[in-house]
Amino acid sequence: MADRTLPIDGSLDLTPPREGESTWLETLHSWVITVDHKKLGLMYMMLAIFFLLVGGGEVLFIRIQLAVPNNHFISPQVFNRLFTMHGTTMVFLVGMPLVFAWANYMIPLQIGARDMAFPRLNAFSFWLTAFGALFLYFSFLGGAGLYGVGNAPDVTWWAYAPLTARAFSPGNATDYWALALLVTGFGTLGGAINIIATALSMRCKGMTLMRMPLFTWLLVVDSGLLLITITPLTAAQVMLMLDRYLGSHFFDTQAGGQAYLWMHFFWIFGHPEVYVLVFPAFAISSEVIPVFSRKAIFGYPAMVAASVGIAFVSLGVWAHHMFTVGMTSAGNAFFALSTMLVGIPTGIKIFNWVATMWGGKIRFATPMLFCTAFLFQFLTAGLTGIMLSVAPWNWQLHGSYFVIAHFHYILVGAIVFNVFAGIYYWFPKATGRMMNETLGKWHFWLFFIGFHVTFDTMHFLGFEGMPRWIYTYPADRGWDHLNLVVSIGGLIQGVAVLIFAYNLISSLLKGTIAGNDPWDAWTLEWSTASPPPAYNFATDPVVHSRRPLWDVKHPEDPDWKYE
Amino acid sequence: MMLPEWLRVGRIAGFVFLLAMFLSSYAFAEGPQSTPSIFAPTSTPAIDIHHLSLFVLEITGAIFVVVASLLTYVIIRFRAGNAEDDREPAQIYGSNQVELAWTVIPVLIVVVLFLTTARVIFAIQDAPMPQAALEVTVIGHQFWWEYRYPKQGLVVANELHVPLSDAKQPTPTHLKLLSADADHSFWVPQLMGKIDLIPNHPNEMWINPLTSGLYVGQCAQFCGVQHANMLLRVYVDTPEQFAAWVNNQAKPGMQDPSVAEGRRVFETEACMNCHTVQGTAATGRFGPDLTHLMSRDTLASGEIPNTRDNLRQWIKSPDSFKPGALMPAMQLSDSQLDQVTTYLETLK
Ligand code: HEC
Ligand SMILES: [Cu+2]
Ligand SMILES: [Cu+2]
Repeated sequence: MADRTLPIDGSLDLTPPREGESTWLETLHSWVITVDHKKLGLMYMMLAIFFLLVGGGEVLFIRIQLAVPNNHFISPQVFNRLFTMHGTTMVFLVGMPLVFAWANYMIPLQIGARDMAFPRLNAFSFWLTAFGALFLYFSFLGGAGLYGVGNAPDVTWWAYAPLTARAFSPGNATDYWALALLVTGFGTLGGAINIIATALSMRCKGMTLMRMPLFTWLLVVDSGLLLITITPLTAAQVMLMLDRYLGSHFFDTQAGGQAYLWMHFFWIFGHPEVYVLVFPAFAISSEVIPVFSRKAIFGYPAMVAASVGIAFVSLGVWAHHMFTVGMTSAGNAFFALSTMLVGIPTGIKIFNWVATMWGGKIRFATPMLFCTAFLFQFLTAGLTGIMLSVAPWNWQLHGSYFVIAHFHYILVGAIVFNVFAGIYYWFPKATGRMMNETLGKWHFWLFFIGFHVTFDTMHFLGFEGMPRWIYTYPADRGWDHLNLVVSIGGLIQGVAVLIFAYNLISSLLKGTIAGNDPWDAWTLEWSTASPPPAYNFATDPVVHSRRPLWDVKHPEDPDWKYE
Repeated sequence: MMLPEWLRVGRIAGFVFLLAMFLSSYAFAEGPQSTPSIFAPTSTPAIDIHHLSLFVLEITGAIFVVVASLLTYVIIRFRAGNAEDDREPAQIYGSNQVELAWTVIPVLIVVVLFLTTARVIFAIQDAPMPQAALEVTVIGHQFWWEYRYPKQGLVVANELHVPLSDAKQPTPTHLKLLSADADHSFWVPQLMGKIDLIPNHPNEMWINPLTSGLYVGQCAQFCGVQHANMLLRVYVDTPEQFAAWVNNQAKPGMQDPSVAEGRRVFETEACMNCHTVQGTAATGRFGPDLTHLMSRDTLASGEIPNTRDNLRQWIKSPDSFKPGALMPAMQLSDSQLDQVTTYLETLK
């Protein structure tokens, strides 16, 4: 069924025949100066994958160190830097670029546009992010500063005051951290503005807002959320730099500043940030699950409403990260309630995905395997989230390995799983070649097992009272074996990722040719060539429903009759 | 019949999974002596939290079973069988009734969960303290704990002693939480959840221990390089033990003329700038109070047993146990080390 010729407007490939092979340097140059949304999307993706490997490498050291009690594999200083960099990297240099990787590549294709609304702003945003990333990592070399102490930040990715004050953090490591996030933050703002503008003004004929693919919808809501939440983070970084260099005292507790203030700034950003990172995962599943179940998404309007609802409620829950900082009982009760409320739209999403599969003909190709695992994991993460929202229980669980397990269930179990799903799903579109299915299945199963061995076990370490951020632990606490299991699981995941990397490269070179529409899918990106030509569509597409290609393939029973 | 490929790979992979599960069950087989487990509470707020947590576990567990079974059923029942048959299944676009149902049910669950949670929050946070309550001020330092008993006039370090309470005549302990430098968090899971110690932001918590014994925990908020070794030890003493302990701690430091050289080292080699020994010239406040050092079981906030060898090694080079701790190695000669160790050993 793959590769039918689709008589939809714009599906013609008008690329002129290639004029000879360009040199290596010319190719590089064309990527560096590009303003093409697809190339920028791929560059964001490569940046994210590169730092995913870096952040994963950091965690390798961490897990070796923690595999046995009283270990001396790395020093506490190095350990503290590694987990700070791991967290910062995964959130800001992997999660955030991924948002823009998907949005850039897919949105213009899905809404039938030729590029983003502001192509140059797009390139600018990417390079800000890339340079911010370099800047952060340069701290390994440059962080020593005048004092000869501290290289690479070691203040955790929360960077709680007053540890970031000059009294506690001499040298420049903390400056690298703050400035790098300031720079990538501006890149993020540019990207978010661009996405919103694109979706609002570049949609093709017939694509009303309520016909936009859910994928695009989610990333638009995501960008709105980003616009709101990056701002307090940026403000806090500026205040931190003022404290460190111009003698202000926002967070400098030794001079009467408030550590408390940083916490609020940080989490007003930090909580919604979790949703910012997870929305692309929802987006991918909202495409993959229908296509591989062979059914339209169940309850599209409810899905849109739930996404907006989650985004909205997520702005009012930040202090659930602060149940232990000594809020009033009323404050604690309020944030417990608001956090539990997030569970409602989230539940709606899970039910709608399941309902989409219900009655379908589910094909378990690699993308669908990852999305199915995601559903289980997201369900679990949601439920552990409910546990954490119960403020008194949170006094026990907060800052323990239970929390680590909970948020890795989101960051890995939801986000990374969906990123893999998305890559297997759209790789054929971006490269014109299929990824190897057998390797894909090995990748999936090993990663799935490694994930559960590691992160399921971590919940129990939390119950056993093991706090996060510790570089070692005494042998008498009963954490030894569980930690070993966690480390072994990490290793299995590492092997799976290597298989994935091999699959990526070998499929790029010699994967079977994909054709326009290898999955028999329904959104506009599958109507154009793989890889799409620079202009995406030769003529502006015209759509009549949420699934334009379904209409074309099933003229006897088109979607627009029902929407 | 050939298994579909995704299942075949899955089977091999499943074997690895079983192996890993086997390893982890082995992990559970061995129980530790004193555990900081949150499921072994011995003091009231922790016990209330424990009950609440079991209730929440039941609800969330039930939700998990229902939804996960549904999902499993869907996966098995609706997976594509015959590859030849490429007819599309019936398209269903949504259903308002169904949608409404799975909105209302979660709303009800949230109401129940919230009310239960709120009740416990208010019961713990707004509990009035009885007159008999013991007041202790906890001050977090990088990387050790200071405890002050204002009514008893005591200043001690690293090992907290509190009296056993009894259900009829409760003598809870009320802790005021302060920080001298960075943020810390006081977490002894069997007694109570954690509350942070934040500079310029005094916090409080209370415990009402119902079983005597030693309870361990540790600092739960990253506070710098040695955060991992900022361990907590709380001794819940019977009233008699507690009275005896207070009695001893209230005495000034032992003045034993036979260790005069050691004391001189202590008072000339800067030790006394950072440490206090009550009744002597040593009044430093930067490090732990050493007046009754020998009454403690451990050194360096619970990291190492308090033995002569460890004590001597600690003074020689704190970094050898706790790299990055804020006590410098004082470059003492071997004989000075012996002398000062012997002196400290008299501080019972
Ligand atoms: C610059 C201040 C400073 C000086 C000088 C200093 N100490 Fe310390 N000392 C500390 C600090 C801080 C700690 C707590 C270390 C930790 O646990 O992280 C400590 C801990 C100790 C402890 C362990 C206390 C306990 O309850 O576990 C002993 C014993 C001790 N110091 C003895 C000495 C002696 C003897 C000297 C002089 C040779 C000395 N100190 C000099 C700051 C100092
Ligand atoms: Cu949150
Ligand atoms: Cu700490």
